[in-house]
Amino acid sequence: MTNSSDLNFDDLQALLRCSHKNLKDTCFLLLNIIDADAAKQWLNSAPVSNAVLTDPPPNTALQIAFSVDGLRALGLKETVIDSFSDEFIFGMSGDESRSRRLGDVGANAPEYWDWGGDAAQVPHMLLLLYAEKGGIKAWRETVQGKQFLKAFKLLRELPTLDIGDIEPFGFIDGISQPRIDWARQQSTDSHERNRYSNLLAAGEIVLGYRNEYGQYTARPLIDPKQDLVAAVLPDAEDQPNQKDFGRNGSYLVLRQLDQDVPGFWQFIDKASGSMAEKREQLAAAMVGRQRNGAPLLPPASEKIPGIPDDDQRNRFNFDPDPGGNRCPVGAHIRRANPRTGDLPPGITSWFTWLIRFLGFGGKPDEDLVASSRFHRILRRGRGYGPVLPPEEAIKPDAPAAERGLQFICLVANISRQFEFVQNAWVMNTKFDGVQQERDPLLGHRKPLISGEVTDQFNRPDPAGPKHITCHLPQFVTVRGGGYFFMPGLRALKYLATLPAKGSEISS
Amino acid sequence: MTPQSTFMITGAVRDGQLKSLRDLLATMNKAPGQVDPDNGLVPFGRFDRLHVARFVIIEATTANEIKEFGVTPRPWPPTLAFLGDFDGDRETFLAELVELAGSGLEKIFSFCVGFPDANSNTLLQWLQTHNIEPKANYINWIGRTVKQVHEEAALHKSLSAYLQEIADEVGRENTRALRQKLLSYVEMEKQAGRLTLTPPEPSPCGWKIQNLVHKIGVPLILLLFSPFFILIAPFFALRLRMLERSDPELFIRPTAEHIKALSAQEDWFVSNQYSVFGDAKPGLFRLLTFKFILLLTDYAARHIYNHGFLARIKTIHFARWVFMDDDHRVFFASNYDGSHESYMDDFINKVGWGLNLTFGNAVGYPSTRWLIKEGAGREQVFKYTQRRHQIPTEVWYKAYPDFTAYELSRNARIRQGVEIRQDTDEEIHEWLSLI
Ligand code: HEM
Repeated sequence: MTNSSDLNFDDLQALLRCSHKNLKDTCFLLLNIIDADAAKQWLNSAPVSNAVLTDPPPNTALQIAFSVDGLRALGLKETVIDSFSDEFIFGMSGDESRSRRLGDVGANAPEYWDWGGDAAQVPHMLLLLYAEKGGIKAWRETVQGKQFLKAFKLLRELPTLDIGDIEPFGFIDGISQPRIDWARQQSTDSHERNRYSNLLAAGEIVLGYRNEYGQYTARPLIDPKQDLVAAVLPDAEDQPNQKDFGRNGSYLVLRQLDQDVPGFWQFIDKASGSMAEKREQLAAAMVGRQRNGAPLLPPASEKIPGIPDDDQRNRFNFDPDPGGNRCPVGAHIRRANPRTGDLPPGITSWFTWLIRFLGFGGKPDEDLVASSRFHRILRRGRGYGPVLPPEEAIKPDAPAAERGLQFICLVANISRQFEFVQNAWVMNTKFDGVQQERDPLLGHRKPLISGEVTDQFNRPDPAGPKHITCHLPQFVTVRGGGYFFMPGLRALKYLATLPAKGSEISS
Repeated sequence: MTPQSTFMITGAVRDGQLKSLRDLLATMNKAPGQVDPDNGLVPFGRFDRLHVARFVIIEATTANEIKEFGVTPRPWPPTLAFLGDFDGDRETFLAELVELAGSGLEKIFSFCVGFPDANSNTLLQWLQTHNIEPKANYINWIGRTVKQVHEEAALHKSLSAYLQEIADEVGRENTRALRQKLLSYVEMEKQAGRLTLTPPEPSPCGWKIQNLVHKIGVPLILLLFSPFFILIAPFFALRLRMLERSDPELFIRPTAEHIKALSAQEDWFVSNQYSVFGDAKPGLFRLLTFKFILLLTDYAARHIYNHGFLARIKTIHFARWVFMDDDHRVFFASNYDGSHESYMDDFINKVGWGLNLTFGNAVGYPSTRWLIKEGAGREQVFKYTQRRHQIPTEVWYKAYPDFTAYELSRNARIRQGVEIRQDTDEEIHEWLSLI
């Protein structure tokens, strides 16, 4: 018997630990459950991939996640469902206030989505299938088996045409990820976390573990005395007499983001006077990395916990570049992860600590951004569409096609992590003191209520006034999305053995 | 310098009138959360000294929580509060209110018990007698007037457009020449009447004296009493820890409808409002601690944190703590930049200790240790508690809805650069980079 606080990688879905990079072929299916019993039977034998590392790595993978309606359709009790977070229960598109916060307005509004836009008809289930090149068809047949069509209705097969390591605009993606502190090496006490660290408490991504506040994010706990089936579930670490339905599970955020690749490069080409070098510079400034993934800042002189010393592409933070002379403050990666610690840089003694802690001693432009560690996300998305290199994309007859990103991220707290990053950082026109701009890649360009424009991109210049690029069009449009829950494997077993609706097993 | 003042006019709502009052107040909005500055009742936009204002119906939705302390909840009638922050003194501002919004205010306050009452036969008198002073009040930048905000925003806008126009022609590296051009441009625009930079008014004499007396007086009195404080400190500590250990902690999730109603009012502008109401923890010990902490808070806000930041928070424009119901209940109102979630992030991660100090004395707040530790750091309990105690704000106005407090101070720095010449190239560059 292992100690309950030990991590059981065999109970985690593999996606929490790896992105299946070697498995190039994917198939993402949105399903509705039409026959709960058949669905449970299928679930019971579904070859769901767990997070135990094997050598060689498996050549196929399957991950499963449910929307709240999916859990309901399987017969999960309302009392259990009630303990999920509001965001999950009401869904990504279920509340106009949420859409406003996420920037799902104008062309991004849920009413125009291909799927998930109608909160009353959110897909029940998401299946993520991965296989080696050419192997997806066979894998899909294996996974589906016989019961499948009786149990589920296929609502939509999301576009996932493989484009390699890059995302459709042409930048290498998936370079920076938080490193999960499975071994619980790092203290979460704010006294020890002045500086940026890339190590992240497991509880920020997986439910049932301590998060960056040293606490357990709220999740459904079940009293095993009331519910005998719950015996298969892991114990709640903080309340050993309760079973933890959330443990080893994670919220999965999925957004289908359409990318206008010709539009992006043609705009940039025009804004840089059709000079190839300037074009690359402007595009890199918008992303915050070169197309080959190289960061715009030199490696940090000090060690950054959670980043290997020789990882040249990630060993940096923005402390040496407060004004954004090297990497503009509004660049996508700087917004999405400002790499801030709990306190602004420059703390050398307990005295300076106290001064900064009380708010003194800083410049007016400092300390405007929240500490990164409470707002990290684990990205597991995949780009899709036919590759269109920039040199082709700038041509007026560049072929239009369905291109974009199946953006996926895993978090333990949707509102504090995904929604915060999207709202307070990515879409915010006032992020870290920037002027009249949203994320250059992702932003919609709706002006503020007073009419102030938000369609600029500013690049500070160490020599003189900043360079302003005006009238950015919208390059990325939301085409669908939803909040899902990706249970641990034992929780999947629990779901598969839930009594049919109406009949109750209890003591 | 023109100091800022506050008003908060309250009156209990007549029985059975709540819904009609709500409907009336809603007519001041274009849509929930979106005030119409030219509305027919109180045309906020016509007050050129008014920074922020709100109408909120204070209801004791969490009144039962105090039962956990073995105390019977006190009755509390739904109470209408009209509050705001403005430049200059209250006397003249209230008069202005009556002049520009008299009939609208009469219509609104006629929903309140005792309006008009026998002792105050005019609206002005009623406003004066129904005003409540805050126990502590925070102003992001004491002395910054609405007029200044608008003038400096116009300056920034005009400079930034002109700078883009001339940057390449003059040469981006040529910072001194750029500055010279910008300065002459400002002069030209001023002459043409397109820009105004009104010099600050001299500080009123009475206010200066009062402020000085407060600045010196409070520490002096504290010093005087310090032997007493030292004497009681051990007893205070003992009692405090006893209470901190035994005070019931409430882990109650706010209802979805409540959250929905609150968030429907949020994120229309870059800033948001926040109103919370709840009970002070019972007992003299808590009350005195609460009052003492607020005294210190008020002092710090007036004399220390009066230029752009409240400890590490730079996003609050105005905030106030008000005792109500004979010191049994507390109302807190603030105006902050960004979304609610990011405000909470600031609260927990940047000034959790300060929040603990004050709200640790309120019912429902997560348990603290030694007044400043834990508390808000217990993220989920804290987030539930603050949302549960938050009450909807029927109408909320901010004179410069799209400007953050940071931008206001940046614009002030830009103006400073126009009025006081920088010496070094580095300073000139820094100034240019602000524009
Ligand atoms: C079509 C849409 C998007 C594109 C084209 C895109 C592109 C990129 C690229 C090229 C990188 C740099 C590679 C790396 O550091 O791994 C990156 C990083 C990142 N993106 Fe996106 N992204 C998109 C959407 C989003 C969304 C919706 C979010 C979250 C709300 C997001 C969050 C992040 C984060 C957190 C990083 C890593 C930053 C760091 O840790 O340094 N991205 N993205």
